[in-house]
Amino acid sequence: MSAATDIDANGFESTARVRASLARRHAAERRFRLVGLVAILLGLGFVAILFASILAKGLPAFWQANIRLAVHFDPAIVKIAPFPQQQAGQSSAAHEADILAWRTELAGVNWGRLIENALIAVLPPEAAQRRRDVSRLVTSGERFKLRDLVAANPEIIGHTIEMDLLADANVDVWVKGNIDRTLGDAQLMLTPVQRNYVAVLQEKGLLTQKFATGLFTNVDSRSSLASAGLAGAFIGSLYMMLIVIFLSVPVGVAAAIYLEEFAPKNRLTDLIEININNLAAVPSIVFGLLGAAVFISWLRLPLSAPLVGGLVLTLMTLPTVIIATRSTLRAIPPSIRQAAIGLGASRVQTVSHHVLPLAIPGILTGAIIGVAQALGETAPLLLIGMSAFVANVPATPLDQSTALPVQIYLWQGNELRNFFEARTSAAIIVLLALMVMLNGLAIFLRRRFEKRW
Amino acid sequence: MLDASKFLADPSGAVNAVAAAQMESALGDPKVIARDVNVYYADKHALKSVSVTIGARSVTAFIGPSGCGKSTFLRCLNRMNDTIEGARVEGTILIDGRSIEDPLLDVVELRARVGMVFQKPNPFPKSIFENVAYGPRIHGLASNRTELAEIVESSLQKASLWDEVKDRLQEAGTGLSGGQQQRLCIARAIAVSPEIILMDEPCSALDPIATARIEELIDELRKNYTIIIVTHSMQQAARVSQRTAFFHLGVLVEEGPTTTIFTNPSDKRTLDYITGRFG
Repeated sequence: MSAATDIDANGFESTARVRASLARRHAAERRFRLVGLVAILLGLGFVAILFASILAKGLPAFWQANIRLAVHFDPAIVKIAPFPQQQAGQSSAAHEADILAWRTELAGVNWGRLIENALIAVLPPEAAQRRRDVSRLVTSGERFKLRDLVAANPEIIGHTIEMDLLADANVDVWVKGNIDRTLGDAQLMLTPVQRNYVAVLQEKGLLTQKFATGLFTNVDSRSSLASAGLAGAFIGSLYMMLIVIFLSVPVGVAAAIYLEEFAPKNRLTDLIEININNLAAVPSIVFGLLGAAVFISWLRLPLSAPLVGGLVLTLMTLPTVIIATRSTLRAIPPSIRQAAIGLGASRVQTVSHHVLPLAIPGILTGAIIGVAQALGETAPLLLIGMSAFVANVPATPLDQSTALPVQIYLWQGNELRNFFEARTSAAIIVLLALMVMLNGLAIFLRRRFEKRW
Repeated sequence: MLDASKFLADPSGAVNAVAAAQMESALGDPKVIARDVNVYYADKHALKSVSVTIGARSVTAFIGPSGCGKSTFLRCLNRMNDTIEGARVEGTILIDGRSIEDPLLDVVELRARVGMVFQKPNPFPKSIFENVAYGPRIHGLASNRTELAEIVESSLQKASLWDEVKDRLQEAGTGLSGGQQQRLCIARAIAVSPEIILMDEPCSALDPIATARIEELIDELRKNYTIIIVTHSMQQAARVSQRTAFFHLGVLVEEGPTTTIFTNPSDKRTLDYITGRFG
């Protein structure tokens, strides 16, 4: 009946059997905690390695080689009529037409020559005979910078302005040491003359690394690789996110409320629930196929438009939003609903006055996580035509456009690996930063709404 | 003196109805008349042929062991069983002579006339003012904010909570103590001016002091409202009610004046229960 008891070191009585098992139990607990700790450290370690490698590759791309030059806007080269003033008696429409014609004339000016002249001024004298080599030191897209400057300020013609111009991509690669300098001339992309000029510019302190704002403000470019930027992709992704938010959240929340609060619990409702759960697991590329078949072939919406991308991503995000909303609604204690119903509130009143306000933090979190997921999806967008090179910022959601993840994919395929490796990683950093911000927003909004009650 | 035992021992519904009808005349002012009520939860027969009459402006207590059907019957009176999947209610329930299953009667209106206080206090996660004001607001009982404030104040006073909360009406209702929360729920139920208040074990989650305050409150309220209280505590039933009904295994075993039930019950099962042989 009574087990053999003894007094242990602390003066507590315990049976010998309990004490024997204690050592084993404590050992098992220590092992379990160790396993858990190792698992967490392993996971965190991989994430850290991933982030470190991306940051290491991508951060250098945020600074690009620029050449500081004094550009003289030679009137002999910028041979255009003065800026048209409004004549007496001329209508404003006619004046606008005059200005348009003047701007078209600007396009015919040889802006590249201005840049070459500015470079020749700071390079050794024989550079004047090697205009081809000189012209390739500054990336070709900078011509348009000069044209836009004159278009905005016609009075600078005849003056000299000091400005930083983006160096060519190959110059940037050379200066940053991203290319093996022992390679032969054919593979080095810069001629020996060009390399010499780069050294001269560096010596003179004219070749500097400046923050690459062009990465954010320029559109993609194939001719002027150093100018390639994310602006078009940004706006495309922004349009798509707006469409996803404004379509998937109302529809998803309404569907979840109906399924949870109003639908009768029968086989049909079960079937719908199973299907929604399955849809959440369908590979995203299938939604791309669906989008191509329905939106583009059947509804004839424009190819590669943010509208179509947004619609496809909405379909992808809906199951996530519905599932998150349903689990939030389920977590609300039924006593609240009973109290409201007992007072004589109708079902709609119960849901809208009592259940929904309590569910908002969970719904917001689910919606933002769904949107953040959709932001990074590439496969469905490729199938609706976004794999093409688009060099403009979409003005409306119906214009052709690209998206951030697709832009990353396109840059990863560019031949100039030495330059685009880092730039791709920089774009990945931008995308990750956006996702971190969105998730941070979700957490902030959740905390803020939770405090209220 | 009516010898109910002969009739109540007979499980057949018709006899129960006759007995109930004969008891009506003994009550004076019948508020709720239930005849031959059966409740099924899917296949389970939870309430069997219950017939009872509840008098107006009095407190009726339902007692019985766990699972005997008293809460189920209480929920029939304001049709809360409608919200339970698979629940089926048969039989007649009349309030002021009108059937509550009448298709012309909106169930929302019924619940405004028959209020309910639950076992665990469940104030809305809103301010104290909003808690009490919600009912009048959705039923359109106040035409402007002054009237609404008046209704809130009078309800809180009737629930004897006004003095404690009048300076903090905008604070969350969930910040009150358990007893105060339950009084808030009573105030919330009173605010829509119901005729009947159903209370499902309102004091089981409260300490003895809070319980005593609620019992005082019930005694005050019965002057103006018909109160039906389900309780596990026989002492509470004895203190608070004028009539008591004893339920057992889904059957209404005995019903009558409280003093009679507790001192001289007619049915053996009642006697066994109140002497503590079971339940």
